[in-house]
Amino acid sequence: MIGYYLGLAARSLRRNVVLTVLMIVAIAFGVGASMTTLTVLHVLSADPIPQKSDRLFYVQLDPKKQRGIHEDPDPNRQMTLLDGQNLLKAKKGDHQVLMTGGNAGIDAQRPDLPPFFLDDVRMTTADFFTMFDVPFIVGTGWTAADDDAATRVCVISKALAEKVYGSTNVIGKTLRVEKDDLRVIGVIDNWRPVPHFYDLNTDTYGKGDELFVPLSTGIQVNVGHSGTMNCWDDHTDSQAVGAPCEWLQYWVELDSKDKAKAYKDYLVAYSLEQKRAGKYERDPNVRLPGLMEWLRFNQVVPDDARLQTWIALGFLLVCLVNTVGLLLTKFLRRSTDIGVRRALGASKRSIFVQLLVEAGVVGFVGGVLGLLLAWLGLWAVRHQPATYADLARLDAPMLFATFALAVVASLLAGLLPAWRGCQVTPAAQLRSQ
Amino acid sequence: MLQMTRVSKVFRTEMVETHALRALDLEVNEGEFVAITGPSGSGKTTFLNIAGLLEEATSGEYKLDGVDITKLGDRDRSRLRNEKIGFIFQSFNLIPDLDLFDNVDVPLRYRGFSRAERKKRIEEALERVGLASRLKHYPAELSGGQQQRVAIARAIAGGPKLLLADEPTGNLDSQMAREIMALLEELNSHGTVLVIVTHDPEIAARAQRNVHIVDGVATDLERGHSLVKKAQA
Repeated sequence: MIGYYLGLAARSLRRNVVLTVLMIVAIAFGVGASMTTLTVLHVLSADPIPQKSDRLFYVQLDPKKQRGIHEDPDPNRQMTLLDGQNLLKAKKGDHQVLMTGGNAGIDAQRPDLPPFFLDDVRMTTADFFTMFDVPFIVGTGWTAADDDAATRVCVISKALAEKVYGSTNVIGKTLRVEKDDLRVIGVIDNWRPVPHFYDLNTDTYGKGDELFVPLSTGIQVNVGHSGTMNCWDDHTDSQAVGAPCEWLQYWVELDSKDKAKAYKDYLVAYSLEQKRAGKYERDPNVRLPGLMEWLRFNQVVPDDARLQTWIALGFLLVCLVNTVGLLLTKFLRRSTDIGVRRALGASKRSIFVQLLVEAGVVGFVGGVLGLLLAWLGLWAVRHQPATYADLARLDAPMLFATFALAVVASLLAGLLPAWRGCQVTPAAQLRSQ
Repeated sequence: MLQMTRVSKVFRTEMVETHALRALDLEVNEGEFVAITGPSGSGKTTFLNIAGLLEEATSGEYKLDGVDITKLGDRDRSRLRNEKIGFIFQSFNLIPDLDLFDNVDVPLRYRGFSRAERKKRIEEALERVGLASRLKHYPAELSGGQQQRVAIARAIAGGPKLLLADEPTGNLDSQMAREIMALLEELNSHGTVLVIVTHDPEIAARAQRNVHIVDGVATDLERGHSLVKKAQA
């Protein structure tokens, strides 16, 4: 019967083109506006590493001085080099990484390519590549031994490899970073987690890192630090071991809740130990948020993206109310047709389904048009100055969601009119003829 | 076939209570042709609507082909209406944007017949009313008489036992009216029960039984004569 109802819907919609177009346009504009803003929200709030985000935890300690505790009772957002190195040595997680963003001058040593400045450098420890499932084209990352020895090695992005060497087959070649030569041991494929979850101190929706060097090596070859650095006491070298400055990120991978609980207990014990040793002043104040919790805590999704989404959904609601009115008019004008069908054996349920299918067809066509409008809307978003602008594209789930939203919205809009339509008293309609 | 016992219908508004039918007792047997007559507003159409399961009686009992319809819900009543009853209306009530084939198809769709079965029945029904060659025509392309023939084809395509007709010739000239009546009588001669609501004494005279309704009260008259005499007087 659904095929029959679809045919009837097509006839009915052709019967009054103006009314049909009005309904489709109302649905399309509502869906188009909603999907534009929902797509932006979807991109910005997506899980950047869904296959293991539930196993990645961000580590926070509180080595600050007692003074100012009322102004800042929270643990630090970043890690000191000393704490990071201590936690790394303890190896209490399945994997752990200490890192920070950086910048460096690169000399390709090619006459046709002048030295250039790279501000997408990551100074990190070895587990980074394993923990974050970084895709390699050739080669691998380095080892913990390389971290310890500050080996002169690096991993580069495909884009940097092609820029400097014109190829990705570059294992063993040297790359001059600042004034030192680093040996290329791996080339990674295009990799741009959105958001840039592992370091929210640099561009949250940036293009991703292009050069990876061991943290110890980076410090030795004078790779510059990028990101936030907070210090709370006198110091001479903010990047020295033991300096009272937070400037690194520490992530740990733990594959069970029990391990996460044990790790948090370990952090408390570590803080106590530091206090007893006179290195910490405050009582243990630790946090171990999961990846998604960390993103929420840092409010990575801009407030205006949420606001725009609510406004667009409100607009959709207005469009739906209009569609309800138009469908109601359309269905009740067909009371005689409905009366005849009822007289010929259609049950109320049959009429209800028939009318709902018609509403669904309006929704589907509105969805197609809404999709075009959403594409147009996203094109406009991509031309905005926001850092996330170029990410605003419809993916397969959002494409499906567009049609689902359009059809569900129009079915909802069709419920009341279809209900009223199926309540038509056939006798009254036929008598009125 | 049709058995009504003390069937009443009351229409109520805030201000007025109208008794359209008062304790109507009526039995129509297999193969009968019954005319329902009476002045305008007497309750004829209300009777037809209740008989055709388009309206529910306020009180009383109604059995159609042995089934007590007072106990049925909308779905079962609709199925019974679809299987047992064919409707013919004064204003034909064809669906204007469906061609003849699709118009006759309407009740068959709700019956759940296969495509082949529906096609066979549609072609047979239109053949029977002499319009087999105009399957793809639309109602607006036909004369009033032809439209009523399509309505009859639609009514009989599902093979109902009971045909209910409300002034079936009311919108037709006398020649067409005679043709339509001949067609309905032919269907009746093959065993279909025919109940016609009419003002037309000529049609009433052709019926086997006349039921006269005045102010919601029905009187079973002899075969048409009294009504014809009254009309002639």
